[in-house]
Amino acid sequence: MQFGGRRKKNSINPQSELYGQHLQFYGQPPLENISLSEFETFAVERLKLLKTVENLGVSHVKLTDLYISKLEKELKALNFPYRPDAVSIVDFDALELKKDHISHFILRLAYCQTEDLRRWFIQQEVDLFRFRFNDLDPKQQLEFLHKNNLRYDTISSEEKLKLKDQLINSSFGVSGITVMEHEFYKVPFQDALDLVRLRKVYLKQGYAYIPHQDIVTIVLNDFRTRLSKALALTARSLPAVHSDERLQPLLNHLSHAYVGQDYSIQKNVGKISLDQIDSLSGKSFPLCMRQLHQSLRENHHLRHGGRMQYGLFLKGIGLSLEQALQFWKMEFIRGKVDADKFDKAYAYSIRHMFGKEGKRTDYTPYSCMKVILSNPPSQGDHHGCPFRHSDPELLKQKLQVYKVSPSGINQILELVKGMHYQLACQKYFELTHNIEDSSFSLNHPNQYFLESQKLLGGGKDIKREMDAPQRSQENAASKGSTATQEVAANTSQHLAEMTEDLDSFFQDA
Amino acid sequence: MPSSDYDPASLPDLLPLYYRRLFPFSQYYRWLSYGGVQKNYFQNREFSFTLKDDIYVRYQSFSTQNELEKEMQKMNPYKIDVGAVYSHRPSQHNTVKSGTFQALEKELVFDIDMTDYDDVRSCCSAADICSKCWTLMTIAIHILDRALRDDFGFQHRLWVYSGRRGVHCWVCDEAARKLSVAARSAVTEYLSLVKGGDETVKKVVLTEPIHPFISNSLDVVKEYFTQYALHDQDLMGSKESVEKVLALVPEDARSYLQQEFEKEKKPEKRWKLITTEAKRKQVGNFAHSFYIVLHIRTEGLVVLQSVSLKSTAKKGQYFEKEIMLQYCYPRLDANVSKGVNHLLKSPFSVHPKTGRISVPIDVSELDKFDPFSVPTISLICEELDRPRPGEEKEKLGDGKEKEDEKDAIEKRKIRDYKRTSLAKYIKYFDQFLDGMARSWKAERLRKSDLQKEF
Repeated sequence: MQFGGRRKKNSINPQSELYGQHLQFYGQPPLENISLSEFETFAVERLKLLKTVENLGVSHVKLTDLYISKLEKELKALNFPYRPDAVSIVDFDALELKKDHISHFILRLAYCQTEDLRRWFIQQEVDLFRFRFNDLDPKQQLEFLHKNNLRYDTISSEEKLKLKDQLINSSFGVSGITVMEHEFYKVPFQDALDLVRLRKVYLKQGYAYIPHQDIVTIVLNDFRTRLSKALALTARSLPAVHSDERLQPLLNHLSHAYVGQDYSIQKNVGKISLDQIDSLSGKSFPLCMRQLHQSLRENHHLRHGGRMQYGLFLKGIGLSLEQALQFWKMEFIRGKVDADKFDKAYAYSIRHMFGKEGKRTDYTPYSCMKVILSNPPSQGDHHGCPFRHSDPELLKQKLQVYKVSPSGINQILELVKGMHYQLACQKYFELTHNIEDSSFSLNHPNQYFLESQKLLGGGKDIKREMDAPQRSQENAASKGSTATQEVAANTSQHLAEMTEDLDSFFQDA
Repeated sequence: MPSSDYDPASLPDLLPLYYRRLFPFSQYYRWLSYGGVQKNYFQNREFSFTLKDDIYVRYQSFSTQNELEKEMQKMNPYKIDVGAVYSHRPSQHNTVKSGTFQALEKELVFDIDMTDYDDVRSCCSAADICSKCWTLMTIAIHILDRALRDDFGFQHRLWVYSGRRGVHCWVCDEAARKLSVAARSAVTEYLSLVKGGDETVKKVVLTEPIHPFISNSLDVVKEYFTQYALHDQDLMGSKESVEKVLALVPEDARSYLQQEFEKEKKPEKRWKLITTEAKRKQVGNFAHSFYIVLHIRTEGLVVLQSVSLKSTAKKGQYFEKEIMLQYCYPRLDANVSKGVNHLLKSPFSVHPKTGRISVPIDVSELDKFDPFSVPTISLICEELDRPRPGEEKEKLGDGKEKEDEKDAIEKRKIRDYKRTSLAKYIKYFDQFLDGMARSWKAERLRKSDLQKEF
């Protein structure tokens, strides 16, 4: 991929003819020039799309009508290819197709670097792929498979009749009618291992005979494997990409980006008093912050990672700088730190958090994704996400101490085992607040706090605060990267705000 | 043919003779070269030897057939194992950059060991076998061979007697040799029906629908069940045995059967009671679910609850099949099959404890195979020295004495095994190799065609 200069190249290129459909395996990287601003816009928008895919995936059953309609809405809003009535490729906007293609490859660069990032990226891309594949009609699906060299062939009606009984007895949910009316695919057994392993498919002469409904699973696994291999390859060529100074900052932004509310504006500054914190920590703090608060009380100290995560959270719930200084000082003095030392060593960093020192960036409280993915805790640390970073046995004990019911603990542990850390925290929310179903999708510790307060009788103030879009007011007089400056200069206000969020987010890392 | 008495202490004397005059090196090399289709296939193959005093050496590899012969004749291994084809010569693996030395291909293999059936055979246990329980191996080979051929499409399957208490299968098709670990694992799972260890009472559970693989396997078991289980193993005879079988029957049928068994003592009749009871349950469930569906239709309601009711009622109805499978279905050692780099005892290796040679089994004559008539190393060594009826000693002329003698020795070597009981097994192995050779030839032609294009 060539990274061209700032000229925009808006060619409706013949490459769109290469796209058979709006769905692809992303086997070939795009070969064209785009501007840096396009580079950023595409990447950020695809990231938004994938985050929507993630959120919908955790709060809805995939491919239900509600899921589909919500995802369609997002695709339209972000100008990604989506046309429910599409019959052929000409129905799609060439620009949208190009954007889809390029944005995928840009995000590969950003998300290939660590195991966690890769896993997240692959999961969302697979879900998006599933959605799009499901959208095609059977004929188009077969076309897609053949175009992509998947040696799957349908079997003839004669063969179906001959094998009818065996097919009925091999595949789940297949009746005589299904056999005759639906397509069956003949696939080399090596490409259908999951079905073979569980003996859920008919095998003959090395071929698996798969009903249409199961072919999707296989195609998805194929996509997943290809993408996984591609990411591994991409990671190896990353040093070359990183040497391009224009790209490195943006790629870093992207992999830590949280696109959405950042809880940096505290409209309720000063509304919380210090003596409320202990009781609030039990009632309305997410587990990570409750754990940090308890450690602080017990040890009269927290290390840097913990101070950042907890300190910014406290800022997010409404502590003022003066309150924060008092809070930390009072606690540290009980430990090994005397007043002078605190003022010299620790007070500075607290003021820094509030944007009163140095670059004067008003740091934003960490989102769940940031807590889970970056800066894992080591010995002596108490920060991080307990659902991600605690050993399950210890997590279980902690939940028992916090009086979570045994069945509730089991549910949480199951979610943890499936790596659904935020869902586990949401379950913790539901159990500690005695409700069946939390009506939100958990993304941010401060969101947890606000939702909790709302539930426990917070009221109008909090609701209003949550609905209003939040942007950071105090912009850093930041030297920043040239990339962000250029972006701010020549694109829409919306985009400028967005990338400034990303920028400030990046800088507090 | 009576086997000469074998004494393990004589191995050090017999092995040199075996490796110099009897081991079928040329066939062995022909096998493992696979027609020379892939470069260095033989050279990159790992062998391991167990030498005298249990000294074990891995990562043995050889450049030529001659080198293999010389080494084996020098080391006289007690046991020979065959491993994977690696990315480099195994004997040089220490010189290769760490991480790049990898197992690439190997035959798909299966190991069936009689000790895994101890909980279901009453005649022997542990390392012992007899003609009564050997039927289990016969059943195992019939079932697995059919599945490997018909379900998976594997053409070249070599079954080998392990020398003591089991059998091995080497699937030599190119597709099989190239299978990934995940694929081997999936194939093994597909072929596994008996699950659970000592603490599990019921090791086979069948649910609807019965997969064609299971039906086909049951057909094989049924052929042997009466003779093997009811007569040879006396399944329905002793009180202890009957109790074990009834433990596998659902509770509601158990007490009825126990009562009936007070009156009926004949094994075949007892088994008939079991199968009849099972059929009754199967039909009953069908009628039950049918009723539910009818009921819904007349009401005009669609009630999902009843569907699940249907499926839970259908468990436990196939208990007669489950019993047959638990007592007869092959038990695989999954670990042997799953790894690409797993080492397995080589065909034509000697079993140090029994002296028997690991010979290939002719599957077309499977039911006639008798492990107790497999030749031992002492027998075949003895047969070597026995003059064949009507044979004359080689006459050595003048002049080219030495050359002729050498020539004669070579010729004699080729004919040596033919004078022994090993002959028919090597002949069978030759036929197996001929079968594969046709596909090698096709592969070689294809490859050379491709090369010509460039």
